[in-house]
Amino acid sequence: MTTGQLIFACLAGVIPLVYMLYRAGARKSQSGEARPHSQPAYYGWYTVIGMTLPAIGVALVASILHLTGLYSVPASMLITAVLALGAAGAWMALRAIHPALRARNYVESTIHWLLIAASLVSILTTLGIVLSVLFEAMQFFKMVGFWNFITGTEWEPDTAFLAGAGRGVEGVAEAKFGSLPIFAGTFMITAIAMLVAIPIGLFSAIYMSEYASRRLRGWLKPALEVLAGIPTVVYGFFAAITVSPLVVRAAESMGLHAEYTNALTPGLVMGVMIIPFISSLSDDVINAVPQAMRDGSLALGTTNAETIRYVVLPAALPGIVAASLLAISRAVGETMIVVMAAGLRPNLTWNPLEGMTTVTVRIVDALTGDQAFDSPLTLSAFGLGLVLLLLTLMLNLISISVIRRFREKYE
Amino acid sequence: MSSRTTEKKKLARRYGREKRFKAMCIGSIAIALLFLALFFADLIGKGYSAFVQAEILAEIDYSEAVRDGKYKMAVDKQMRKIVSRGWLRTLPLHLEDHPELVGTQEAKWVVAISDVDQYLKGRPHKLKPKYRKLVDELKAEGKLRLAFNSYLFTRGDSKMPELAGIKSAVIGTIYVLLLTMLFSLPIGIMTAIYLEEFAPDNRFIRMIEVNINNLAAIPSILFGLLGLAIFIGFFGVPRSSALVGGLTLSLMTLPVIIISARVALESVPESIREAAFGVGSSPLQTVWHHVLPLAMPGILTGSIIGLARAMGETAPLIIVGMIAYIPDAPSSILEAATVLPAQIYTWAGEPMRAYAERTAAGILILLVVMICLNGTAIWLRKRYERRW
Repeated sequence: MTTGQLIFACLAGVIPLVYMLYRAGARKSQSGEARPHSQPAYYGWYTVIGMTLPAIGVALVASILHLTGLYSVPASMLITAVLALGAAGAWMALRAIHPALRARNYVESTIHWLLIAASLVSILTTLGIVLSVLFEAMQFFKMVGFWNFITGTEWEPDTAFLAGAGRGVEGVAEAKFGSLPIFAGTFMITAIAMLVAIPIGLFSAIYMSEYASRRLRGWLKPALEVLAGIPTVVYGFFAAITVSPLVVRAAESMGLHAEYTNALTPGLVMGVMIIPFISSLSDDVINAVPQAMRDGSLALGTTNAETIRYVVLPAALPGIVAASLLAISRAVGETMIVVMAAGLRPNLTWNPLEGMTTVTVRIVDALTGDQAFDSPLTLSAFGLGLVLLLLTLMLNLISISVIRRFREKYE
Repeated sequence: MSSRTTEKKKLARRYGREKRFKAMCIGSIAIALLFLALFFADLIGKGYSAFVQAEILAEIDYSEAVRDGKYKMAVDKQMRKIVSRGWLRTLPLHLEDHPELVGTQEAKWVVAISDVDQYLKGRPHKLKPKYRKLVDELKAEGKLRLAFNSYLFTRGDSKMPELAGIKSAVIGTIYVLLLTMLFSLPIGIMTAIYLEEFAPDNRFIRMIEVNINNLAAIPSILFGLLGLAIFIGFFGVPRSSALVGGLTLSLMTLPVIIISARVALESVPESIREAAFGVGSSPLQTVWHHVLPLAMPGILTGSIIGLARAMGETAPLIIVGMIAYIPDAPSSILEAATVLPAQIYTWAGEPMRAYAERTAAGILILLVVMICLNGTAIWLRKRYERRW
């Protein structure tokens, strides 16, 4: 019997049982002379909760004990205990039911706690990301040295690859994990993307909020949003197959040499991907600028463009900066476009026509090979991930607070 | 007089600037839309031809040798070079299932190797001149045709491009999306209800809110690292399985669902709640019987958009190993699986040119499904949107 079948059998058995209990609880509350405190359904749910909650709780504790390696409860014992607890819980709940029982209050407070537990999942997710990245990164820094990682200019994990594959050879040059060229590539590609996205996105937003008619706006906005909805892997394919040869040919026509994995291609495509992001956020902040400010300016005889440049944009500037910061954080963390179109070779250069690599490319590269989980190469992915996390977290927090302060100013 | 002319010049300059500014705005939008048009034109141009595939009318000889494993004997020597070897390889098994066929012969439309296919479609190929002539002759005789490519939909991944299809990836995607929905929908809606309807306004709750906004902006690849370290490393969920993919994606989709569900709950007017309280219902009854049903269309819209986004996500799934070579569709959520975007990624990395066409076709299918999902969401919003 496979696990799936087992789960199915349990569910098939449990669901009718739960329903029967529900009915039993509901019926019992109606049997007496007195008017029950709650509606019958609540007594039913009371019974069901009485049966399932203790049993699930025990199973959860046992599995946590098992996973943390503290103590493993034998499976047969656990199943017996859970079944017994369920039966005992159901019996006690059924016994407790009488018309004066405040079943609704019990049920509602249980649901209330369930809701709180659900809200904690998002906190746990953040915690999980931070801890998982931090722990592995610590191991990596212990091996490599934090300072070497941050300031080193050479990234040569190849010998670590041999060691990770179980073929550690003495006398081979030590693996180097200097992340500077990787970050250089990330910033180069991000900068190119921003050079494309910020002007185009901002001007599009200005057009849509200040010039376009309502109807035109109703068409343009969704059309731009389509750009945001396209999966990144599709952009990656487009960049690698279509844009990259175009860039190479364009460079050749100007007498320049470009590699197929140049940094310009993913930068351009990523920029296009981020346009709707900037335009919709800027659109929001531009619309939040009070109409009275525009009217005041126009009444002085300025043209539309002058009003926008000297009144609307300065007022919306904090919001636009925040949007750009969010866009940068997204560009830094973007993976598929660079994995498919940028190079693998860490390269410290100012020339965007050369191949460069990024943080996310190295993370994917380090984790898709057949490597032992504790090899320095695998762990380096978590080291890079930690820096990526801190960077994006910082950008997000700054921009969220800027946006909030901006909104408060005009509301 | 002179001051008036300078005034006029100034005014003309200002109006010129106004025009240029407006032109720049229009130009920006035009660039973005032009890119969109080029993008779709390019993908459709690359991908449409993958929906048909070259087939050859070949004489198949079901001899005993074929049944015993010498599958190449089924066709004559020349045909062997242009009929898909992967297809011929299925013959011994086919004969074992149908022993009555042994010793018979049959003329049958058989899938050709990818080079013939690419040659027929006028794309780059590696077909030798000798076979080019043969192909041209066959075509003149009507023994070669481009027929609907059913393999693309009925087969899993393959090392031979002519036999590669998206079936296992589609099934993997369905598994992963169902799991994502199963985990993220209830938890997301419950969180939204708590934060919007019950939570007190204190520091802890504000921290949860900031945290959710932050999660929505964390790069997706970090969710992959979480899945690798926690779900695979700590909880021991099998690598590459649909389960680990679904868990990872549901954590990623959670903030999207929470945020949109909160907006939907917020838009239900206060008077509904007050009316419910007025007839004596408890806070939970108010939410369950009145607020939630009214907010449901909005919540569904947000959830569909979140799922559509999860459907296109690749990076975290690569990290948790969902780019394995999967020729057969997974039969359970614990088996190694792949998803459509990951399949696109692996095909895009294949050196054989025939895969590029299939990659573009896979992308078109993915985009069509996503457009349908988003269209449904927009339709739902239009249909059930209520102004209070």
